[in-house]
Amino acid sequence: MQPVHDLGGLPIHDPVDRNEHPYTFLEKRIDAMMRLLYGPCALFKVDEMRRAIESLSPEEYEHLTYYQKWLKAMRALLLEKGVLQEGELEKRIDAVQARMEAERRDTTPLKPHIEGRK
Amino acid sequence: MSAGHPAFQVGQRVRVLTRQPTGHFRTPGYVRGRVGVVQHLTGAYLNAETLAHGGDGRPPLMMYRVQFQQPALWPDYAGPATDTLVVDIYEHWLEPAPGDPQPPQQEPRP
Repeated sequence: MQPVHDLGGLPIHDPVDRNEHPYTFLEKRIDAMMRLLYGPCALFKVDEMRRAIESLSPEEYEHLTYYQKWLKAMRALLLEKGVLQEGELEKRIDAVQARMEAERRDTTPLKPHIEGRK
Repeated sequence: MSAGHPAFQVGQRVRVLTRQPTGHFRTPGYVRGRVGVVQHLTGAYLNAETLAHGGDGRPPLMMYRVQFQQPALWPDYAGPATDTLVVDIYEHWLEPAPGDPQPPQQEPRP
């Protein structure tokens, strides 16, 4: 079977959008994480990243954005190498979401950040 | 097949193998089974196929810059017939083009 990423010569539904867009904050963050993980942390090699991206399901490969694929691949590799445990990220995401929800409901007026200055 | 003694020379016609291993590999599907000409020997590189699965990529493998005629790759190619495409391909993905005389084997140096 043709690997999911090996698309050269296959028909496409829509032409490739060749327009550049400014990187979002999230995209920059994902890029920074990846560079840390395979650079200073040396937890995996760029070839392993490629393999993890190519291991996405055809549906994921088609619909995820470029950096979403990176994120999925990083998660898979960190689980594979035992850096993260199954469910650990999800627990953390739940905790952060709960905290954000609590903050959203908190109607206490914000204290001014800078006091005693004119 | 070792990096020190390239199996193919510049100008030699080579065919890309049609194997389909599981796991990561760097040979695009559209050149599999196609015949091209070695344009340049780029040197020996660690094997991405084992690097991708946690290995050390050794031994390094010779990499070839192989030139293909575009119309030979795409049945409905609309560009000029002289257009070519160049792909970097690891040695273990190549074989001599069928029907071509085998180049004389060099004696391995000690």
